[in-house]
Amino acid sequence: MAKDLTKAVIEIGGARVSFGAVKALDGVTLAVMPGECIGLVGHNGAGKSTIVNVINGGLTPQEGTVASDGERLDRYSITIARARGVRCVFQELSLSPNLSIVENTRIMHRELGGFGWRGRAAHVIEKSLDQVFPNHGISSSQTVGDLSIAERQMVEIAMAFSDAGIAPRLVILDEPTSSLDASLARQMLDHVRRFVAAGGSVIFISHILHEILETSDRIVVMKDGRVVAERPAAEFDHHSLVEAMGSVAREDALHRSARELAAAPVVIRHQAAGLAFTARQGEIVGLAGLAGHGQTDLLLALHASQSNSWWPRSDSLVTFVAGDRRLNGVFELWSILRNFSIASLGDLSRLSLVGTADEAARGGEWKRRIDIRTPDMDNAILSLSGGNQQKVLFARALATRAPVILMDDPMRGVDVGTKQEVYEIIRQEAAKGRTFIWYSTEMDEVRLCDRVYVFRERVITAELAGDAVTEANIITASFEVAAA
Amino acid sequence: MRLRLSSDAVRLVIPALSLTILLAAVFWLQPRAMSYFGLNLLLNLAVPIALATIAQMFVMAVNDLDLSIGAFVSFVACVTATFLRDAPLVGTLILVSAIGVYALVGVVIHLRNLPSIVVTLGMSFVWAGLAVLMLPAPGGQAPDWVRWLMTAKPPLMPMAIVASIIIAVVAHLIVMRSSLGVLIRGVGGNERSVERAGWSIVAARAAAYGLAGLFAVAAGIALVGLTTSADANIALRYTLLSIAGVILGGGEFTGGRVSPIGAVIGALTLTLAGSFLSFLRISPDWQIGAQGAILIIVLALRLLLNRVEKRGARP
Repeated sequence: MAKDLTKAVIEIGGARVSFGAVKALDGVTLAVMPGECIGLVGHNGAGKSTIVNVINGGLTPQEGTVASDGERLDRYSITIARARGVRCVFQELSLSPNLSIVENTRIMHRELGGFGWRGRAAHVIEKSLDQVFPNHGISSSQTVGDLSIAERQMVEIAMAFSDAGIAPRLVILDEPTSSLDASLARQMLDHVRRFVAAGGSVIFISHILHEILETSDRIVVMKDGRVVAERPAAEFDHHSLVEAMGSVAREDALHRSARELAAAPVVIRHQAAGLAFTARQGEIVGLAGLAGHGQTDLLLALHASQSNSWWPRSDSLVTFVAGDRRLNGVFELWSILRNFSIASLGDLSRLSLVGTADEAARGGEWKRRIDIRTPDMDNAILSLSGGNQQKVLFARALATRAPVILMDDPMRGVDVGTKQEVYEIIRQEAAKGRTFIWYSTEMDEVRLCDRVYVFRERVITAELAGDAVTEANIITASFEVAAA
Repeated sequence: MRLRLSSDAVRLVIPALSLTILLAAVFWLQPRAMSYFGLNLLLNLAVPIALATIAQMFVMAVNDLDLSIGAFVSFVACVTATFLRDAPLVGTLILVSAIGVYALVGVVIHLRNLPSIVVTLGMSFVWAGLAVLMLPAPGGQAPDWVRWLMTAKPPLMPMAIVASIIIAVVAHLIVMRSSLGVLIRGVGGNERSVERAGWSIVAARAAAYGLAGLFAVAAGIALVGLTTSADANIALRYTLLSIAGVILGGGEFTGGRVSPIGAVIGALTLTLAGSFLSFLRISPDWQIGAQGAILIIVLALRLLLNRVEKRGARP
């Protein structure tokens, strides 16, 4: 696989990229050697996605060089990158939902063409799926749109590691585990180690720091478009990594203040198969368990039970923070302000006309309150980094008068600093009597909740409250085989 | 293990069902239609509509909409009834360059990032103008081979059905089975990922528009074969018929979800709906409205099925 173990698969030298006034990359030098896994960490907006785009050929730096196997490449492009075995799993899911898995494989591998390509493509992707995720249960003839979000991500990861003539030499994984549950993430990380042991290279981007720490050989920390630290993974620990990122995260911020809520009135309840679901005023209720085991369905059911599909209610009991930003969160063509105010236009209008002054004032207030990093709320929403877009979605929900806020794993792909800020806001709002129902795939977030329902196979199988909300208890409840 | 139908197969159920019901209703009202000759008479006007629907489907597969199909088919009909008969070489050349222009429109739409509706609406006036220049008054004559082709009497099945099956199979092979078809639908589904895999989106769009032009040319030729002469306004309603045909057949406006077999069935259904209403002796004044009602009923069924499908999607 590797041509020469002493020459870098890809070497970026002094790359500078700016978008208008924003310096996305400010002289980054990065060499990826064969047989190593590089962990790449940093805030949202630190330049991780930009350097990934430079490496995969999608973006030509305004200054700087790209070299591969000791040979300088002046006209670097996506095609050349792919021919050299550079593959990428992007943060947002990037398969064509209307095509089958086999057809998506055909799109990804240009060299698969010719008569009988369906059979070859099916073989390529099934082999890779079996290698990365044994017992995956995905049939390659399924249409991608029919798969769950976790299954799509599995396909996408398998796609990157698949070999259809040009072997993958450098696989870039940008937040690959964000939609996977713990056991699938484990399978993927194990495959990364196998791939690296066989001489392949991996660039691994994740906000889940223990994954980075245990999987990488070398960790590169980026901040404001620059590499601020680059050391072997063994020299970092959780704390020093967070420190290197310049994040303000404090360990004790993760601890939940114990609160007594048993007396508070129940604001919403739902009975499906399994345990009944209730939430009290001012409570933060977590929905945990393996990804895709029915947590989102509960949120949708709660939302459906409280809203009328024929006529919008002016004072809805619930509001929703979507997890899949691109799919059902952000209005991509609208400004930040419009994206923010859409949920509370009823409050901002008189005689059905939107009061623009009120709208701008409210927007400015929330911009300050949750620190949306933009010079102007009238900028397009897509000018923001992913984390800041998510903050706008939070602000949209919090600015309504709805007392219950449903959250569908909204922190996917958000950096640590932003998370802490949002956690703080959630705590403040909960103290004021708002109820949060929070589905999260991250253990740290689940532990912030007052009470947690654990899902298994689309049913609530356990309820943990107060000090019982621990990682061990949740994992036990998630994996425990139903007695019978 | 229960049988898991692919969502594409589920999408074909409604169009197939509505065609069957309409056909049964027509036979019940007019049993004499249940013959070789009767079926041909009922369905032969569906052949050009089916071809135009397939053309529209290619454009819709890349998330665009072609509002110039009707005018373009009229233009092709005029070329067929004049140049293609009198000077076959010139006629062929005109038609080939017209397909080229279609592909070029696709390139322009992509490169300049223009809304396809606006560009094709503009192009529809260009085609209509050219058609009027050629045939200011209805006239011309179909070339003999075209006439022969459209009035051929194959054994077992009437020409209209044979042609529909051939169109459906050819379009299915191109759109659903070939690499190019996958690429075109991929552009409709997720343009960015196709681009990241190193494909040229411009080429894919040009190919989709070029294929649309090719099928629209076939539609125009087939239409003249049936009507024997042409008129500059002969196919103006094809624009909306073709869009309705794609949607009836299980396609969608966005997302690259199209079905060639469904599109042909959709075109047949639309044609039959007209005959059905004539057999009911509904006055022509009400026919267009009644046709619309049939469309709405079928699409409502489709919506219902989509909901059922969605509910079943997360078991």
